[in-house]
Amino acid sequence: MSPRLWKVGVAPHVRDNATVAGIMWTVFAVLLPQLFLSAYVFGPRVLALAGVGVGTSMLAEAAMQRLLGKPVSLSDGSAALTGLLLVYVLPPGVSLVLPFWGAIFAICIGKQLFGGLGFNFFNPALIARAFLAVGFPVAMTTTWIMPELPAFLAGPDAVASATPLALLKHSGLAAYLAQYGGPHGLWASFLGFKPGSVGETSPLLLGLGGLYLLWRRIISWHIPVAMIASTALLAWVFGPEGLFTGQPLVHVLSGGLILGAFFMATDYVTSPSQPLAKLVFGAGCGALTMLIRLKGGYPEGVCYAILLMNCVSPVLEDWVRPRRFAPPLKKD
Amino acid sequence: MGRALKELTKGLWRELPPFRIVLGLCPTLAVTTSAKNGLGMGAAVIFVLVVSNFLVALLRKIIPSKVRIACFIVIAATVVVTVELLMQAYAYPLYLELGIFVPLIVVNCIILGRAEAFASKNPVFLSVLDGLGMGLGFTLSLTFLGGLREVLGAGTIFGHAVPWEAFEPMSILVKAPGAFICLGLILAGMNAYNRWTARRGDSDAPKALEAINSCSSCGLCKLSGRD
Repeated sequence: MSPRLWKVGVAPHVRDNATVAGIMWTVFAVLLPQLFLSAYVFGPRVLALAGVGVGTSMLAEAAMQRLLGKPVSLSDGSAALTGLLLVYVLPPGVSLVLPFWGAIFAICIGKQLFGGLGFNFFNPALIARAFLAVGFPVAMTTTWIMPELPAFLAGPDAVASATPLALLKHSGLAAYLAQYGGPHGLWASFLGFKPGSVGETSPLLLGLGGLYLLWRRIISWHIPVAMIASTALLAWVFGPEGLFTGQPLVHVLSGGLILGAFFMATDYVTSPSQPLAKLVFGAGCGALTMLIRLKGGYPEGVCYAILLMNCVSPVLEDWVRPRRFAPPLKKD
Repeated sequence: MGRALKELTKGLWRELPPFRIVLGLCPTLAVTTSAKNGLGMGAAVIFVLVVSNFLVALLRKIIPSKVRIACFIVIAATVVVTVELLMQAYAYPLYLELGIFVPLIVVNCIILGRAEAFASKNPVFLSVLDGLGMGLGFTLSLTFLGGLREVLGAGTIFGHAVPWEAFEPMSILVKAPGAFICLGLILAGMNAYNRWTARRGDSDAPKALEAINSCSSCGLCKLSGRD
């Protein structure tokens, strides 16, 4: 902390001990339990993926900042966090090349070429995921790993070839419930024992992490609540057998919704800062997610929903800007 | 002779068409999915550029200046139709691959740009050299961009697989977004290189568009009588 105080304008001023580095490393730490669960569920290769993602991100950040003649700011943790989040949205079975290229794209093109931390339009981790989804379409859609359920959760044996959402999309709710509903309902899905991306499997751990961030006031409740609520509402309204027959829990607990709602959509740089704009932003993320899940070509839509809402975030910010009391000065 | 050499070589780096003066981007982005396509497109453009520059320079004294743009377009269109028929006769697979972008050479900014900026004000010999240099620069650029995208995006070069077995191509680079990404990175790289050499040579970096304003391609001062 710099002891120097800058004169910025009229009071009142809000003082706070929050720093970029403190926030970033806190979020990083809050995300780690999910990584360890994934390493247990999917095998230790997940840790290798995370190592490559985080390491490449930090190297790319340092290299780009050197090249562009800026001070190197690795210790603020934003590059490490981007690398970790990038790995969290990859399937666990991909080769190590993917987090490598993805991290380079996220940092060099998605972040630094836009001006670095605070200037990027899109969430770097998600834009890199979109890049990889087009660049390595086979690896990004087929390298899921089916976890072995621990004894207390074991249900009927079923051979899985896809994520729960893909099953839901292509075979319907009945097939989904037959495989993932089991005798323990959605508990396995809630705890994190289901195929999926590295960091999206456990709504329990991610939700606890999100609640901690809320409690620390690192994020506000508007975006996660609006996003999850609109997803649940739309999932319930547009059910498989006509209106108001859907199962909102299935959609809320599946895929990357919890990860996206607490850790991706709330990114300070790419989301609005006013409460009303945040609510609209979150609701838009949820609505687009359900639109893609129900009507789109992909089984999962959180990534693209957040990226699309990132585009309109400046417009939302402008839309809710408080009106000034004094009328603007007349131009002569 | 020095002048001739200068007009020939300026299109190779200083006024390199797609990357330095950023003209002719439509084919640059659209057809460079492989090195072969880039080379084929470039060859067609060399032919059109040389012949159209030749004809425009030959006719520059008798083309009325009010309708000169239409005349240049007619000349370019004539040459392009020739190229199209030649390609259909001798390089049909390439013609299918390039598709609509062969007839679109007519509206390629480089053709009209060189006719207007150079060939309409300079003698025939220099105009042909100008067209040849610009065409060569365009061809090399397209082949380079096509090769880059083909190697990284498909794992082949001129149709031959790269010798590295474990290489995983990124198919986004042979799709449309890859063209924009690669073009942007090449432009950034060239600007960075020019700035670097300028700093070493202790002079200002060349600006992207100042090359166009060299005397041989302007002639404004002649028109205004301030020769």
